[in-house]
Amino acid sequence: MNVLPSASERLSRHDRTTTGLADEAADTRAALHPGAMASGQQGIAQELLIDARLGRKTRDKAAIADIRDGLALWRLGVSLGWLDIKLRYRGSALGPFWLTLSSAVMVASMGWLYAMLFHIVVRDYLPFLAVSLILWQAGIGGVAGEACDCFINAERTIRSMRMPFTVQVIRTVVRNVIVLGHNVIVPLAVFAIYGLWPGAHALLSLPGLALWLLDGAAACYFLGAICARFRDVPPIIGSLMQIAYYLTPVIWKPSQLGARGWWLPLNPFDPLLEVVRAPLLGTTPSLLIWGAALGYSAVFWLVSWRVFVRARPRIAFWV
Amino acid sequence: MELHQGDLDRAHADGQAPVRGGAFIDVQDLSLDFPLYHGGARSLKKTVLSSVTNRVGGQLGRSGGENDGPEKTRRVVVQALRHLNFQVKSGERLGIVGRNGAGKSSLLRVLGGIYEPVAGRIHVGGTINTLLDTNFGMNLDLTGRENITLRGRYVGLSASGIAALEEDVEAFAALGPFMELPVRLYSSGMVVRLGFGLATAIAPQVLLMDEWFMAGDSKFRDKAHARLETVVRGAEILVLTSHMPGVLQHWCTRLLWLESGHIVADGPVDEIMDRYNAGAPPAL
Repeated sequence: MNVLPSASERLSRHDRTTTGLADEAADTRAALHPGAMASGQQGIAQELLIDARLGRKTRDKAAIADIRDGLALWRLGVSLGWLDIKLRYRGSALGPFWLTLSSAVMVASMGWLYAMLFHIVVRDYLPFLAVSLILWQAGIGGVAGEACDCFINAERTIRSMRMPFTVQVIRTVVRNVIVLGHNVIVPLAVFAIYGLWPGAHALLSLPGLALWLLDGAAACYFLGAICARFRDVPPIIGSLMQIAYYLTPVIWKPSQLGARGWWLPLNPFDPLLEVVRAPLLGTTPSLLIWGAALGYSAVFWLVSWRVFVRARPRIAFWV
Repeated sequence: MELHQGDLDRAHADGQAPVRGGAFIDVQDLSLDFPLYHGGARSLKKTVLSSVTNRVGGQLGRSGGENDGPEKTRRVVVQALRHLNFQVKSGERLGIVGRNGAGKSSLLRVLGGIYEPVAGRIHVGGTINTLLDTNFGMNLDLTGRENITLRGRYVGLSASGIAALEEDVEAFAALGPFMELPVRLYSSGMVVRLGFGLATAIAPQVLLMDEWFMAGDSKFRDKAHARLETVVRGAEILVLTSHMPGVLQHWCTRLLWLESGHIVADGPVDEIMDRYNAGAPPAL
């Protein structure tokens, strides 16, 4: 593979160091000449080999190649994710901060109401609620919803050019990271108001967030493929996530269940939420919680991988 | 990075007549099934239900006459391509003829790696560019400039490469201030100018092109012709689908005649064109 940058690229770089007239002319010629970008396209594949005669091994290899090529095009995925957010809020004065504002209103009203219902002091309850609610809405719940549309939304691209599906996965994950980034302001504001700064301890949530990135990507491969094939799955996922929202300690604290909460570890969302939430609230998740989070994630990755390997060659027909 | 004059010369030579490894297309026993989903086949609930009722119905000897019966959920599979075998060498210009639905576009999409075949093997050596989509693969909600940047990222250009691409396309499309507006607001002529300029700025070794690309209004065609010609001449292999004899005779050196997914004939342009026009059955 030719790893040299394209001719015009090198010419323009050269042009910046030496400003000779002849070089400038050469540069213009190269730039105006169609095909000047022909050589050394690092991102694009130099070869295409699809062999449908060999079974599972080729399918595995093709899926691995998809992920590898997609990661090589990470800049494209990130740009697409950014542009999605930009488009969604183009023409609105607050931009993505509309999300922050609506989350803030929700956290404030729910915090007040539930503190009364549960007979808890607002000061104890509100920080917990703010962190949980934002992590669920902009994190787990948000990703589950958007993962469904991961490939369906990219229908035009998928049908008009060969592009690794991983690019669409990166795009969806980036979009959700940006949204979460905007929403994080709400719990930060609550911490500031009550003077409960978690300090450097909060950095312990970073490994948990890294786990979320991987789980989010897996959700995109898994739900993206299934939802492309069966169009009634997104609403089903929506209702399941609604149920999960109430069964997971988001608006209620696990301590409120006490001994009746023995079934909590059976809910995969509980350890997943806890590994990110606990450090933000100044506690450390136990090894058991981490083990459960990793275990559930590993199973999910495996299932998603198998689904993606099977579905990948068919997605272009499904969308 | 320091560059010497020698590098520059070589870089320049790359731009004009790139040093390439020799492109090829090798298709063996290629078959493509095209599943069409409609109605119940799109629904997980109905698919599961119908498979269950089928089983139960079979045991009870009932002939599933309900709404969710098997007819409604069964997907239709179109046999788009059947047992194709052909090779294309570097330097060849292959035209594909055939009636509507003969499988021309499907074959082009398979060669571009968009549709994956159910059987057989395809091997394409060299960089590929597919010009299929009437919107040139642009996102209509994004501005012209954003679309150019995305294309640059897709082919893996660096920041300076993208700047050069922008300059090139801007000069060709001559959109002025519209460059910063969403493509949706463009006149149709502007969309074509931008998309065409973008699609032809990046010259691949293997160029896969749909016939409409050669069409367009005559005024634009004059302007675009020189540019297209450079890209086509720069590509080692051209695969073009078309109905228009003039276009095929001008651009191609070899014709492949497809009929309902099978190759009817393969050979020199004039010979195949005469037989195709005469509608003669293949002389097997």
